[in-house]
Amino acid sequence: MTARRTFARPARLAAIAPYLWMVLFFLLPFGFVVKISLSQTAIAQPPYLPVFDLTQGFAEIKAAFAALSLDNFTLLVSDALYVLSYLRSLFVASVSTAILLVIGYPIAYGMARLPQRWQSVAMLLVIVPFWTSFLIRIYAWINILQHDGLLNQVLLALHLVSEPVVWLSTDSAMYLGIVYSYLPFMILPLYATLAKMEPALLEAAGDLGASPLNAFWRVTFPLSLPGVGAGILLCFIPIVGEFVIPDLLAGSDSQMIGQTLWMEFFNNRDWPVASAVAVVLLLLLVVPLAFYDRLQRRQLERAR
Amino acid sequence: MMSGARKFSRFNLVSLALGLSFLYLPIVILVIYSFNASRLVTVWGGWSLQWYSEFFNDRAMIEAAAMSAEVGAASATLATLLGTLAAVALSRGERFAGRTLFSGMLYAPLAMPEVITGISLLLLFVACGAERGFWTVTAAHTTLTLCFVAVVVQSRLVALDPSLEEAAMDLGCAPARAFVAVTLPLILPAIVAGWMLAFTLSLDDVVIASFTTGPGSETLPIRIYSEVKLGVKPEINAICTLVIALIAAVIVVASFASKLSSTRGETAAPL
Repeated sequence: MTARRTFARPARLAAIAPYLWMVLFFLLPFGFVVKISLSQTAIAQPPYLPVFDLTQGFAEIKAAFAALSLDNFTLLVSDALYVLSYLRSLFVASVSTAILLVIGYPIAYGMARLPQRWQSVAMLLVIVPFWTSFLIRIYAWINILQHDGLLNQVLLALHLVSEPVVWLSTDSAMYLGIVYSYLPFMILPLYATLAKMEPALLEAAGDLGASPLNAFWRVTFPLSLPGVGAGILLCFIPIVGEFVIPDLLAGSDSQMIGQTLWMEFFNNRDWPVASAVAVVLLLLLVVPLAFYDRLQRRQLERAR
Repeated sequence: MMSGARKFSRFNLVSLALGLSFLYLPIVILVIYSFNASRLVTVWGGWSLQWYSEFFNDRAMIEAAAMSAEVGAASATLATLLGTLAAVALSRGERFAGRTLFSGMLYAPLAMPEVITGISLLLLFVACGAERGFWTVTAAHTTLTLCFVAVVVQSRLVALDPSLEEAAMDLGCAPARAFVAVTLPLILPAIVAGWMLAFTLSLDDVVIASFTTGPGSETLPIRIYSEVKLGVKPEINAICTLVIALIAAVIVVASFASKLSSTRGETAAPL
């Protein structure tokens, strides 16, 4: 035990550099986002003045606080554009996560039941797309879904449709793209819990007279709930803020909040409003993020 | 009845086969069409390498690819260093002040929407008056990917028996020497896998790079994104195929590395 303690001290010192890095590049920037979100559009145009000028003394700081305003947040609540974007994002993320769970579970379940040496092959096959660029995988679907793309050609050749169907710039294309991109994020945590499950439990259920389906619902599924939770959070949270997929695959008539933020920032150059959008988005996601953090911690810092 | 509970049923087979073909079919189609001689997607004009030569003659695209490779290598190296230190602190440091905040800051970016990370880093860079370009994108990617490295290395460290280090120290090793001589070789494969994951994540990112880069320094994904906005171009198929080939090579190396380090058929996901 004493040996452990002497190792723990230098190990704690190892935290210093990454700690400072994350405070500087992760925590501190949120302060700037909040600060800019509270400033007025007119005075907050780039190029920026220093956010806090401490050399000017207390009076200046007081003046800076007096200049803060909630105008941007009032705008977010009063303009239907923003409210609808938030609602649409939450809706799209919920629907996609539900689809992902329904599709991902049987795949993860099949993987967990493969013979041991095939399991690592199957896992590698799921990981490869996870590592492959999001953008490339979305682009691959644009190839297939476009007007004279492969899908329409096949449908026409089979006489299932009489003229090419418009797939791109529709919600179906967007859902397809999201489900396709996030599927590995759903499969991997599900598989991790399913693979660890004791097969003897199912045998016991069978011995006690449960049908396979009954055994699944009463034994396997409840035991896999931590994986279900991790998969849901790992998909839902980033999908709410997704930008690339709806931008490339969905129509332009309605936006997700990630697109709204992007547009305010890059097209309208309204940094304060974009920051306010980010602050509200973060507030919406704080609860799921806290759950996710707890799950990660429990999984990684389990007692040895 | 022993094997009955774990039998691989037809339902399992069908769902696996459908799932994997759903994941792979679009990529396979993309790769095949990158060799299409015809400019039209509708027509198969025979095999050709012309889109690849078009890419190698596209100066802007090559420059973007070089920029991405440099950012990827620099940020992955920094992230591996910082992420490994963080993993050591979390798995061996026991309790320390601010530990909860520390692990929270490391896990949150894994799921945080990229638009939030992107805009907050940009505001930071603007506030410090940093000139945007190579170093700002590199710092941004380091911040994101060091969290992934920390998780990969930490899950390996947690699986390691700490009595190995204790034994080394009982035999008179200083803690630092025990770490270098005993722990480091055992977690090296995870560190290699972490570097590669960080590199591919950097090579993948459009959103954070768009926020944090400056004029004249485009990364490959930003370049591809702006081309894709204009529509399908066969040249993009060729570039994407090259990127996929590179990533596939990286994964094969990384999975060999993690197989070397796996102690007992470890099945933990690389997340």
